[in-house]
Amino acid sequence: MYAIEVENLVRKFGDFTAVNDLTFRIKKGEVFGLLGPNGAGKTTTISMLSTMLPSTSGKAFVNGFDISKDQDNVRKSIGIVFQDQSLDEELTAYENMDFHGRLYRIPKSTRQKKIAHLLKLVELYDKKDNQVKTYSGGMRRRLEIARGLLHEPQILFLDEPTLGLDPQTRNHLWDYIEKLNKEKGITIILTTHYMEEADKLCHRIAIIDKGKIIAMDSSENLKNDIGGDVITIDSSQRDVFYSALKTLPEIKSVELHDSLITISIQNAEQHVARIVNIASENNIGIKSLSIHKPTLEDVFLHFTGRTIREEEASAKDKMRMMRKVRRR
Amino acid sequence: MDIVYTIWLRSVKRYLRSKSRLVGSLGMPLFLFAVLGFGLNSVVVMPGMEQGYIGFIMPGIISMSVLFTSVFAGIQIIWDKQFGFLKETLVAPVSRVEIMFGQTVGGATTAVIQGLIILVLSLFMGLQINNIPGFVIAIIFMTLIGLSFTAFGIAIASRMEDMHGFQLIMNFVIFPIFGLSGALFPIDSLPVWIRSLTLLDPLTYGVEGIRYGLLGTSQVDPVVSLGVLSGFTILMIIIGSHLFRKISI
Ligand SMILES: Nc1ncnc2c1ncn2[C@@H]1O[C@H](COP(=O)(O)OP(=O)(O)OP(=O)(O)O)[C@@H](O)[C@H]1O
Ligand SMILES: [Mg+2]
Repeated sequence: MYAIEVENLVRKFGDFTAVNDLTFRIKKGEVFGLLGPNGAGKTTTISMLSTMLPSTSGKAFVNGFDISKDQDNVRKSIGIVFQDQSLDEELTAYENMDFHGRLYRIPKSTRQKKIAHLLKLVELYDKKDNQVKTYSGGMRRRLEIARGLLHEPQILFLDEPTLGLDPQTRNHLWDYIEKLNKEKGITIILTTHYMEEADKLCHRIAIIDKGKIIAMDSSENLKNDIGGDVITIDSSQRDVFYSALKTLPEIKSVELHDSLITISIQNAEQHVARIVNIASENNIGIKSLSIHKPTLEDVFLHFTGRTIREEEASAKDKMRMMRKVRRR
Repeated sequence: MDIVYTIWLRSVKRYLRSKSRLVGSLGMPLFLFAVLGFGLNSVVVMPGMEQGYIGFIMPGIISMSVLFTSVFAGIQIIWDKQFGFLKETLVAPVSRVEIMFGQTVGGATTAVIQGLIILVLSLFMGLQINNIPGFVIAIIFMTLIGLSFTAFGIAIASRMEDMHGFQLIMNFVIFPIFGLSGALFPIDSLPVWIRSLTLLDPLTYGVEGIRYGLLGTSQVDPVVSLGVLSGFTILMIIIGSHLFRKISI
């Protein structure tokens, strides 16, 4: 039994195809990551799966229910933390939680207990009676996550859950997400820009770019796809160096990205000397050279030819903050 | 019912919490009282009206308060859309009709509270209420205005992307509805063509109903007023629910 089945799902906005023929399945109890740059179509996908946006074509089933025909049952099965804020700022944290609990028809005594429990968990209990407009960005995010868990959904969507959180809070949340998944068996679908997050939390990751899935597997397997270790070289004469490296028979995969050359190779240590020699033979300067085990960042680079930079995420943090300021 | 109550509770909490809005919205009615009421009271002679012009326009100004508060309460949905809160409500396993009812009843409640505040203030300014049943009748009409125009606001908000259209709606829909309603002048004294416009305005029946309740006299038969305004309320709720069901975010 699958928690989520998606078949040829498409969403167009006018002529523009935001989600282009997605097909995937998520097992019950899995933590599944959608990893991709800005505008990849992650939020659009989640909006369709959570019945907030009709699809253009294709099919999807959430907890066995058709997203276009059985929306009420889909909604009963899911919890969601939206990418953009969705709190009532005039209400207190407790009232926001209480509103949610009532909407999901949780009986009063259970509701009160769980609200208290969850607010303690996200460390907002002391401030539960303050209006949300007095909260910081991180506090709001924590409140939204607590709220998404209140009705114990079978499937939880987290759209960039840790965007804008400090590293400490982020770690905290990661632990909690893991715990939820292990102890309660909640299926979790999260989107993220943070490689580290996908790596740590997700059983499987789909890398999505321009509305298409370009790779989908466990983080481990994705890294193995690259083939061995990664050598990254920064050089001022990268084009010349690139051609020189191409001639070496032992180097199977060498790629040029921005200012960097990346080489994927087994047992990289044994080849470094040779590479450096080639450089000096050709009078090519090397600014820096590093060897590392492949990361998801390399995987992304490998499949898309581009990097997901952390800047991208921080640019979005800024956007989120700006929007908040404007709203005031 | 639980869901309607939940949404209602939120609207009322928000209303009671925003003191500045509560106080601010008293400004316009009080201003009209002062300028029109006291200013024109000695000039305008209202035959058959014991309480003079000021007594005549009080029900009109109460209606105005209820009208503005309720339209505003309905249009609030646009803010919920922009601030993202609407998503939280729409993604829950509740029917949109329930959400719409909750909003409508919540908006009407705040509008009636607002109307009652004006009513109490006007008691201090010399309005006399003849009897308790009349007071109840006035509240019934205030409630109907509140329900119908909150639903009207929701209908508009469901079709609007942002607040830019708000001024347009205020100037070309809400002010004319108020202006034509006979809130400030007796409809019997109007030229025939304006009079027929007035009789097309649903608010006229609200104003006349409240007037009947508070003053004991009105130019439209209160039963007719009740019938027309009830019909209008039902129509607005149907249109509002229909448009709200199709709202996209
Ligand atoms: N309502 C809309 N109308 C038109 N275009 C839209 C709409 N919503 C999304 N898009 C477009 O669809 C594409 C995918 O958007 P989406 O929000 O799904 O991206 P994302 O992967 O969530 O990106 P991010 O990481 O920035 O959140 C973008 O190019 C966006 O401009
Ligand atoms: Mg997104």
